[in-house]
Amino acid sequence: MLAKRIIPCLDVQDGKVVKGINFIGIKEVGDPVECAIEYDKQGADEIVFLDITATHEGRGTMLDVVSRTAKNVFVPLTVGGGIRTADDFRELLLAGADKVSVNSAAIRNPAIISEAASRFGNQCVVVAIDGKKTAPDKYNVFVNGGRIDTGLDVVQWAMEAEKLGAGEILLTSMDADGTKQGFDLDMLNAVCAVVNIPVIASGGCGQLTHFTEMFQKTSADAALAASIFHYGELTVNQVKLELSQNSLPVRLL
Amino acid sequence: MIGIIDYGAGNLFSVKNALDFLELKNIITSSAEEIRNVDQLILPGVGAFPDAMRMLERSGLTETIVEEAGKKPMLGICLGMQMLFEYSNEFEIVKGLGLIPGEVSRITAPGLKIPHMGWSDVKVENECQLSAGIEKGHRFYFVHSYKVVTEKQYVSLYADYGDYIPGLVFKDNIFGTQFHPEKSGEIGLKLLQNFGGLK
Repeated sequence: MLAKRIIPCLDVQDGKVVKGINFIGIKEVGDPVECAIEYDKQGADEIVFLDITATHEGRGTMLDVVSRTAKNVFVPLTVGGGIRTADDFRELLLAGADKVSVNSAAIRNPAIISEAASRFGNQCVVVAIDGKKTAPDKYNVFVNGGRIDTGLDVVQWAMEAEKLGAGEILLTSMDADGTKQGFDLDMLNAVCAVVNIPVIASGGCGQLTHFTEMFQKTSADAALAASIFHYGELTVNQVKLELSQNSLPVRLL
Repeated sequence: MIGIIDYGAGNLFSVKNALDFLELKNIITSSAEEIRNVDQLILPGVGAFPDAMRMLERSGLTETIVEEAGKKPMLGICLGMQMLFEYSNEFEIVKGLGLIPGEVSRITAPGLKIPHMGWSDVKVENECQLSAGIEKGHRFYFVHSYKVVTEKQYVSLYADYGDYIPGLVFKDNIFGTQFHPEKSGEIGLKLLQNFGGLK
């Protein structure tokens, strides 16, 4: 049986981890490679780097971060943020990423999904969707950190992304994100019901039980979290032990 | 010295990174002479079977690989494992290297997502040299839509994904993993370490 995956996400800017880190024993605080190694030790099933660098120079730095990580961490590595073309996919995959996640560029130009899928395989194309409730049972796709409503329907867009060749959907709830009140189960269920590719739940987890609840009440395949792991509130392993105690399949170290 | 065969397809650098990390000497090669000289061979592969076999044929290395396969330990990874078998019916019937009896066909797992992607636990069918230290319940990272169909005597580890999925196969000193040991954390590295120690 497939394990439910726990995926820590690191926000990286100009080659440095943005949010504070409370890891013990890390030599260079803020080095994404060191953080990734720590998460790997904690049992992360996959690691996500979200590049929030705005400058061109910084993008090159990200390639270096990916390549150094791939030499030291032997679980799948996903990189997202600022991906504009299928050639951006290529650069990151060559540097050592296993998957690349694309968000607003896919909304502007959905063909990037099919082009990347046919060139590099569906399995490495992750479509990230930031969703927000706009009416009862109605979720729209937002961009620019939840500021701009694209008018697109989350459920429709997820179906479209799968049809175009996405291998996975990373679904972030802009309503739940940062609240620590738990995942947005309704939006997750709405998307899980219509796609036949893995769905990664993101946004809202603040305590152990949120992970259990999410996996018990939805068919999502993975949970992604950033700050709860950054700030050392929980370790990946703690989350997995909790899931395991609740009879959910996980990869234990 | 482990030779990682470069025929234009496959995730060569992930495998190289893992071998480097384990301090196992290795070289990425597309030279028949080097393939004859190295101590062990790894055949990587991602993508579709027909394309990969055609690329291998075009590289002119097929004959050398088949010759050397009996002489030194060889490991096919993912599509590289599938290529060790007789033929595949992915899109069309295409002949493989024919080093292990069996064929490649699509996973049939009603109600489950295809590709089979993620960490699946394995069970032991037969012990082999590469499975040392690996037990029932250990999880490996899989990404594939096709599986190998072969006799159980050639299967060391398998996963149950609504279908019988051979994960580690072997025949004499020819081995193949459907999963990616280079992406399967510590336990995957263990398997590569086992391979590096074979004579």
